[in-house]
Amino acid sequence: MTQTQTQTDTTPVLEIRNLTQRFGGLTAVNDFNVRLMPGELIGLIGPNGAGKTTVFNLVSGFYQPTEGEILACGVPTAGLRPHKVTALGVARTFQNIRLWNDMNVLDNIRVAQHYWLGYGFFHSVVRTKRYKTREEEIAKEAAELLDVFDLKRYADELPKNLPYGTQRKLEIARALSTHPKLLLLDEPAAGLNSADAKELIRLIRWIHDNFDVTIWMIEHHMDVMMELATQIKVIDFGETIAEGNPDQIRNNQAVITAYLGDDNI
Amino acid sequence: MKKYSLNILLVIFAIGLLFAAHFRIIDSYIQIVAMTIGINIMMSTSLNLVNGNMGEFTCGHAAFMCIGAYISSILSVLCFGSKFGDPLLPAASVLIVFPIIVLIGGAVAAVSSLLVSVPSFKTRDDYLAIISIAVNYMIISAIENMDFIGGSRGFQGMKDTVWAMIDIFDGPWMLFWVINFTIFTVWVIRRFISSTYGKGVNAICQDEVAAEIMSVNTNKIKIINFMVAAGLAGCAGGLYAHIIGYVNPQSFNILKSTEALVMVYLGGMGSLSGAVISAIIFTGLLEVLRSQAIVDGLLSPVTMMFPDWEPSAGVIKWVMIPLLLVIVMQFRPEGIMGNRELSDVFPWLKKFYRFK
Repeated sequence: MTQTQTQTDTTPVLEIRNLTQRFGGLTAVNDFNVRLMPGELIGLIGPNGAGKTTVFNLVSGFYQPTEGEILACGVPTAGLRPHKVTALGVARTFQNIRLWNDMNVLDNIRVAQHYWLGYGFFHSVVRTKRYKTREEEIAKEAAELLDVFDLKRYADELPKNLPYGTQRKLEIARALSTHPKLLLLDEPAAGLNSADAKELIRLIRWIHDNFDVTIWMIEHHMDVMMELATQIKVIDFGETIAEGNPDQIRNNQAVITAYLGDDNI
Repeated sequence: MKKYSLNILLVIFAIGLLFAAHFRIIDSYIQIVAMTIGINIMMSTSLNLVNGNMGEFTCGHAAFMCIGAYISSILSVLCFGSKFGDPLLPAASVLIVFPIIVLIGGAVAAVSSLLVSVPSFKTRDDYLAIISIAVNYMIISAIENMDFIGGSRGFQGMKDTVWAMIDIFDGPWMLFWVINFTIFTVWVIRRFISSTYGKGVNAICQDEVAAEIMSVNTNKIKIINFMVAAGLAGCAGGLYAHIIGYVNPQSFNILKSTEALVMVYLGGMGSLSGAVISAIIFTGLLEVLRSQAIVDGLLSPVTMMFPDWEPSAGVIKWVMIPLLLVIVMQFRPEGIMGNRELSDVFPWLKKFYRFK
């Protein structure tokens, strides 16, 4: 049954083969492999400095990998600039929130549609019909997105004036505004208290159910991770040390060693 | 009504100014000042696009003005002057050809902005500032070494074009063109920057990494933004050349660039209305301080202490204006308007006009 399902499913949303990234003498990521099928919700954990964010930076096109290959929706991303990778359907959020703080919330959502605007400088200056219809569509879409995220009342506020949890939510909304097939969440629960984290669990699950998007997330809050992810990968010093479902990871000796250290010190 | 109130006001103002100039109600000195204000508005709003909206620090804006000035001067002399042989075009066509000449000057300046925008893909801040100064020097030196357009002696003959216009109708033509181009500049910038497309520029300013991840093609937007800014500065240069009737590479040196910078920082970074207001204030101040009597009056407490010192207005104004900048930066570092527009500062103004 599962066999036929994987076969009928379309190409993997993301496929990483033998990815290696070296910064000078430091190997940040070594021989990393992953295959994300549509609709999955997968976790990536590891101690600080393990190379988790480097993997995300490689996927989103900030670094060109030293070795290996990344395929986003079947298309190799080698040599593509980040906005092109986003156009393929890979959106991400950042560990430290990176909203455009001097643009209001609505504009934050709207500008994330930049690649799909379909008009250029000339249309924006002459205000052609195409400009007007596209702006209307984008404004409508952005308003809808704000509505489902319950952010509509903040539409005219500047993001920097919003509470921290709301900023996190807005950043996820902005990422979804690019119509992603794959959403990379880099520590979405960082800096949230336990009540907010519970809310975030609900939010991510809700996004996963409603937006037809594959989610891959890095998270240090183990309760968030264990609750959400169906499959977890653990890396340490760039090496994959374990992978499996949450229960397997919880009891994996290599993971415990990586996080807590050896018995015999 | 609200939709067109500003346009109507502008048209009335422009027609009033032109009539006053035509019937000699305002003398040619006031006209020159008005034209300088227009050109400075073009310079400061276009530089504001790069330094304010995009947050890149460039200080070689006069280079693009220089290119625009030279290209349109050469074209103008070729078409209507007798310096390079017989005029190519009949004098009657001047009214159509002149704005095209100015726009071509702007277009060439826009292309030359690639000298700054391509390096800006990888560098920013101080390094880009250095690159832009280098470009400013490069262009000036290149022109100084081109003997067929006068080299460092400068280039003239553009007045033929202006006279051709006056032959058709005796009126304040240059004032007319400056008003039109100033309004055109502000209009282009306003529309560009308020569209979602142009907001990509602000996104680059606020967080380039996030902009790139959120599907903004940063390199393309940078090129376009630099091109718009340089192109409009080039138009300003073309007009300037035709007003003065003489261009010299040294009149577009780093001091001219600094003038544009001062106007942008005085007005507030990223504020279009701030750039317009500060261009008016700045040009006004320059003219006021040109008067020896006013400078003597302002400095009388100092000159009483040092009776031997006779300050000259031409020098003192370059003490007073930077001092003003120091004071503004000290007490209001965000500039006169901050990054807000006029309608944000005075919300009641929104009732009367809509500006797009």
